[in-house]
Amino acid sequence: MSTSELPQGPSALEPLVEAAREGDRQAFDELVRRTYVETYTLAMRLTAHEEDARDVVQETYLRAWRGLGSFRGDAQFTTWLYRITANTAYTTVKRRRRHRADALDAMIHDPVEVRLDAQPEESAQQSAMLDRLSVALDQLPPKLRVLVVLKDVYGLSHEEIADELGISVSAAKVRLHRGRKKLRDLLYDEAHPNHGSDGGIEHAV
Amino acid sequence: MQCDDIARILPDAVDGGVAVEDSVQRHIDTCLRCQAELARYRKMLRGLHLLRTRYLEPAPGLVAQTLALIEEAGEREARRAILSGKRIAYASAIGGAAAVAAGAAATVVIVHRARRRTVPAAG
Repeated sequence: MSTSELPQGPSALEPLVEAAREGDRQAFDELVRRTYVETYTLAMRLTAHEEDARDVVQETYLRAWRGLGSFRGDAQFTTWLYRITANTAYTTVKRRRRHRADALDAMIHDPVEVRLDAQPEESAQQSAMLDRLSVALDQLPPKLRVLVVLKDVYGLSHEEIADELGISVSAAKVRLHRGRKKLRDLLYDEAHPNHGSDGGIEHAV
Repeated sequence: MQCDDIARILPDAVDGGVAVEDSVQRHIDTCLRCQAELARYRKMLRGLHLLRTRYLEPAPGLVAQTLALIEEAGEREARRAILSGKRIAYASAIGGAAAVAAGAAATVVIVHRARRRTVPAAG
């Protein structure tokens, strides 16, 4: 996949969004092609499971196509898509957890880190740190991981997150607090296997 | 104020989510342990922010599968709409026929009664 297929700025999507809202399927298909990497990345961060992430992506775009009429355009299309992805992923994770045996649960945390963006400016040290951070993030309990990803990686507000997950704002804040604390422990506590002996995260960012 | 108390505040205070009281700030300014802990949280948040543009590549076929799913759902919905339209048209036709039949029956009854009233007058 070439870098030109990576997500583009919101203004580049506007004409396509407008056409898709008027029922133009080809415009919507093009929107899917231009945004699926970003949607898949978010789905992977939220579910930490490749098969689930693929299901979430498909369900997200199906919901988006059906709900385009309700998209008023006062938010960015990608932010709207994040919210649908978050809602779909949260439902998927809850449903899957009920159906999977505990033994299989460990497989959820297998990291599937296939990076597209070998950013030239990203130093090897920083890259190693981000790898560790990704692995630690995947090890968070799903309810805490969703909060950390949506707030600290994607910058959604507590209100937006609470709205999409169907929880109160105060519950969202409590979960974020616990998620950050747990992530910090995974990264820095020496008792944890994720704690790097080279002190990678101490100096890389 | 103890370092452990500060450590409990830092996950919320690191991005300004919770305002830090002056006494807490004074402690951090003079405590190397708390400064190091705050620096860890800040670095962690910076790292999380960087993950935002670190994209993951799905295995091939995801776009094609997604577009096919939407296409299929669209066709299903269109078929349902057509069937639902046919059902409505059929119900309307039945309803219309019933109304016509009822009207005809009412006309027959009225004519019949009118005739019965006029026959004795003629005899």
